[in-house]
Amino acid sequence: MAYAEIAEAEQLHEPHSFWTRYVWSQDHKVIAVQYSMIAIFVGLIALGLSALMRMQIGFPGAIESIDAASYYQYMTMHGMIMVVYLLTALLLGGFGNFLIPLMIGARDMVFPFVNMLSVHVYLLSVIVLLASFFVPGGPTAAGWTLYPPQSITAGTAGTDWGIVLMMVSLAIFIVATTMGGLNYVTTVLQARTYGMTLMRMPLSVWGIFMATVLALLAFPALFVSAIMLLFDKLLGTSFFMPEMMSLGKALDHEGGSPILFQHLFWFFGHPEVYIVALPAFGLVSDIISTHARKNIFGYKMMVWAIIAIGVLSFVVWAHHMYVSGMNPYFGFFFAVSTLVIAVPTALKVYNWILTLWHGDIHLTVPMLFALAFILTFVVGGLTGLFLGNVIVDLPLSDTYFVVAHFHMVMGVAPILVIFGSIYHWYPKVTGRMLNDTLGMLHFWITFIGTYLIYFPMHYLGFLGMPRRYYEYQDYEFIPESAHDLNAFITVMALTVGAAQSLFLFNMFYSYFKGKPSGNNPWKATSLEWQTPETPAPHGNWGPKLPVVHRWAYDYSVPGVKEDYVPQTVSMEELAAGAEYVELEEKPV
Amino acid sequence: MVFGIVLVIIVVGSVLFHFLSPWQATPLASNWGSIDDTLAITLAITGTFFVALMLFMAYAVIRFRHRSDGSGARALYEPENKKLEWWLIILTSIGICGMLAPGLIVYGHFVNVPDEADVFEVVGQQWQWSFRFPGEDGQLGTADVKFMSGDNPFGLNPGDPNGQDDVLVRNNELHLPIDRPVKALLRSKDVLHDFYVPQFRVKMDMVPGLVSYLWLTPTKLGTYEILCAEYCGTGHYNMRGLVVVDKPADFRQWLAAQPTFAQTLIKGSAVGLVEQGKQIVQGQGCFACHSIDGSKSLGPGWQGLYGKTEMLADGSSITVDDAYLRESIVEPGAKIVKGYPPVMVAYPLSDEQLLAVIAYTKSLTGEHSEKE
Repeated sequence: MAYAEIAEAEQLHEPHSFWTRYVWSQDHKVIAVQYSMIAIFVGLIALGLSALMRMQIGFPGAIESIDAASYYQYMTMHGMIMVVYLLTALLLGGFGNFLIPLMIGARDMVFPFVNMLSVHVYLLSVIVLLASFFVPGGPTAAGWTLYPPQSITAGTAGTDWGIVLMMVSLAIFIVATTMGGLNYVTTVLQARTYGMTLMRMPLSVWGIFMATVLALLAFPALFVSAIMLLFDKLLGTSFFMPEMMSLGKALDHEGGSPILFQHLFWFFGHPEVYIVALPAFGLVSDIISTHARKNIFGYKMMVWAIIAIGVLSFVVWAHHMYVSGMNPYFGFFFAVSTLVIAVPTALKVYNWILTLWHGDIHLTVPMLFALAFILTFVVGGLTGLFLGNVIVDLPLSDTYFVVAHFHMVMGVAPILVIFGSIYHWYPKVTGRMLNDTLGMLHFWITFIGTYLIYFPMHYLGFLGMPRRYYEYQDYEFIPESAHDLNAFITVMALTVGAAQSLFLFNMFYSYFKGKPSGNNPWKATSLEWQTPETPAPHGNWGPKLPVVHRWAYDYSVPGVKEDYVPQTVSMEELAAGAEYVELEEKPV
Repeated sequence: MVFGIVLVIIVVGSVLFHFLSPWQATPLASNWGSIDDTLAITLAITGTFFVALMLFMAYAVIRFRHRSDGSGARALYEPENKKLEWWLIILTSIGICGMLAPGLIVYGHFVNVPDEADVFEVVGQQWQWSFRFPGEDGQLGTADVKFMSGDNPFGLNPGDPNGQDDVLVRNNELHLPIDRPVKALLRSKDVLHDFYVPQFRVKMDMVPGLVSYLWLTPTKLGTYEILCAEYCGTGHYNMRGLVVVDKPADFRQWLAAQPTFAQTLIKGSAVGLVEQGKQIVQGQGCFACHSIDGSKSLGPGWQGLYGKTEMLADGSSITVDDAYLRESIVEPGAKIVKGYPPVMVAYPLSDEQLLAVIAYTKSLTGEHSEKE
């Protein structure tokens, strides 16, 4: 623990002005808030785009300005923003930044200056991305998967400027993620405080740590494919471009492979699912444990499951490509590997539910979001078994079943965790509680609403409705009732979208008027709740770093009066009978 | 408490929805009933896990909820239970195998095409379909992008004797004989497409630069819709086709009425200018965006277009004449009709071809208009 001793003695650069405190800050907590605010801002844009798309699907022609080209532009930007610029940035840049140093007892990230650069480079990538709305031809309509040849050839909107800006923005984003990621990994490995062994870390840290490792290994694949696609577009190379026609003309390309791009993209794209999921798994574990007043069930298995999922996530990518025209014999391997990954994932679900068993469950707003996540994730995970099993994928691939599946599992599920986490950790960020009534209202509309959107949508997939269609007029196999269902889904989607204003208002209002929270409003054990002040000052801990004596889940320990023992309490303190101990009392 | 009850309602509601939903798979029209069976197995197993897990969770939430009057129990301290966890892992693995094993067996059938399957070819381009059958020799001739032109939209190698008798279907309607296994070779001229007929269950992408395949046996007479299931640009949603499953005799009759490659190469003196224009338009895929029956599409429809006054995007208006049509084909961005997106690219047709296309467009106006 040499690093902890150095960190303890070190003087931090105290910010002196508004600019160094809030803009060019090197404090991980400020950077976390910056990351989160940018991510939520772009997320709202993507939410608005989805409302426009749903209007077109539910009520075709109701908004005349949505033509086929702009529909596909909205679709592309919605997907890319949600997956990369919102979920990845918010979970790693937002929660990772805020929680890692606090949870492992560090003063800050080990490279605070690089950390500051990371958020500003991220902001730059967002600006470049949004700039594509204002260039000739508008943003790219290539679909978030950006498959060539169509992403850079005629017949798709935004193939002149939009696609170039998209790829440049992605490359910049990856630079930001790498700067952040190296920081998180090094901090977790090097900067843990006295007594904080790896197997005493909260699962939030484990999840974010493993996701960051995945990001560092997976994003380079996206980086090179973006650069190679840029070369094909701007320099006339043929990495991904075969000899082909484009609306009646032969192009100058030859010899490239469109499927190579898909392999590279999904070599990034599948781990990306877990880059989003693993932090969510970690956060939700800690929320469930805290509010059920019970240790997370099977902590060791939970850690190993996170590691197993992380490793396996690199050998399942081609299950996105069963009908891509790749060698069909690959299907056997990838179906097996994909279904194997379901085992550690299922184990996590069992352990969350078993944590509830014989718990003392406080149905607070964060807990409700966490429980709703379990339902959503189970539905999304089980439907993944349909699509992972290659033969079952054949009829369902590219239908609304896929749309419903991935929105459940990597749209709604992580978003519910993010909401739960914000309700849970907001007091630590601001020193005030979020309003409960608004929170409840927000929860119920979001939870019920999203289920009503996505559960019936699977059945449009069974019916065979293809995804990425601007409209479905005059298709005979689609009954009128399916259009009614689409209208219903649109109404629900708009309702859920509008309900998010409750959340935004709550965050804003509670910052000024919320109930003061104190240091540890949830009576939680992990280190971030044991800071001497809330919000924690720059440097987090005052003159001495905390010393860790136990794992992060000592809830309802038999023989202890309080139903939680913070990680900083030693055996001697417990034995000496501080206010935590009442050895006579047995658990009921 | 409320959450637990809502959870039970959601589980019961979801199961009811499943059985009452009017949105189920289309009636099967191919031999791939085994795919439907694997889907049913998957539904049964995952459905069981879903119901069991969620009801257990609902029970736990209700039973072990915190009671504000202090009557509730303190939580149990139980860090782990290795035995239980291993049992759950084994149970899950059994469930997984129950889905995977039959799935892989059926997939094995899909990958291995029966030797007796008849081969035909599906060609995709933005945004239309065409099809090719081998002629008397039973072999498809080779094709390459470098041979593609308005006269040879399939890009067949004129020097390949195997290709001369290939039967070309230069429109969106495919016929297949019932109860014969067929292997579809899938080829794309431009971007990714996907040959998808919901009633056949199987689908596969079409990739420029390679030939992919799928096989099936049509088992039910009827007409089914062909859709594109891989996003292929602005007209993706409108890339339609039809497949008609015929009795063998009807199929042979239909096939015999289609031209062979050699026949299509005989230069157009025999056919009039309007017919030439129609062939060019079909070959270029114009119908993907321009209707000839007055229906709305991605670009302006051609029925009654010639001689009409169109409002342009910049607010001015123009009468559609030869010069305007010519300009709109070779330089489509010059004058965009109001209400249509500027997505069309230039088609560098020869003067001869332009004359033919314009003649064809004229024939769709007024008393000459034809329906298809």
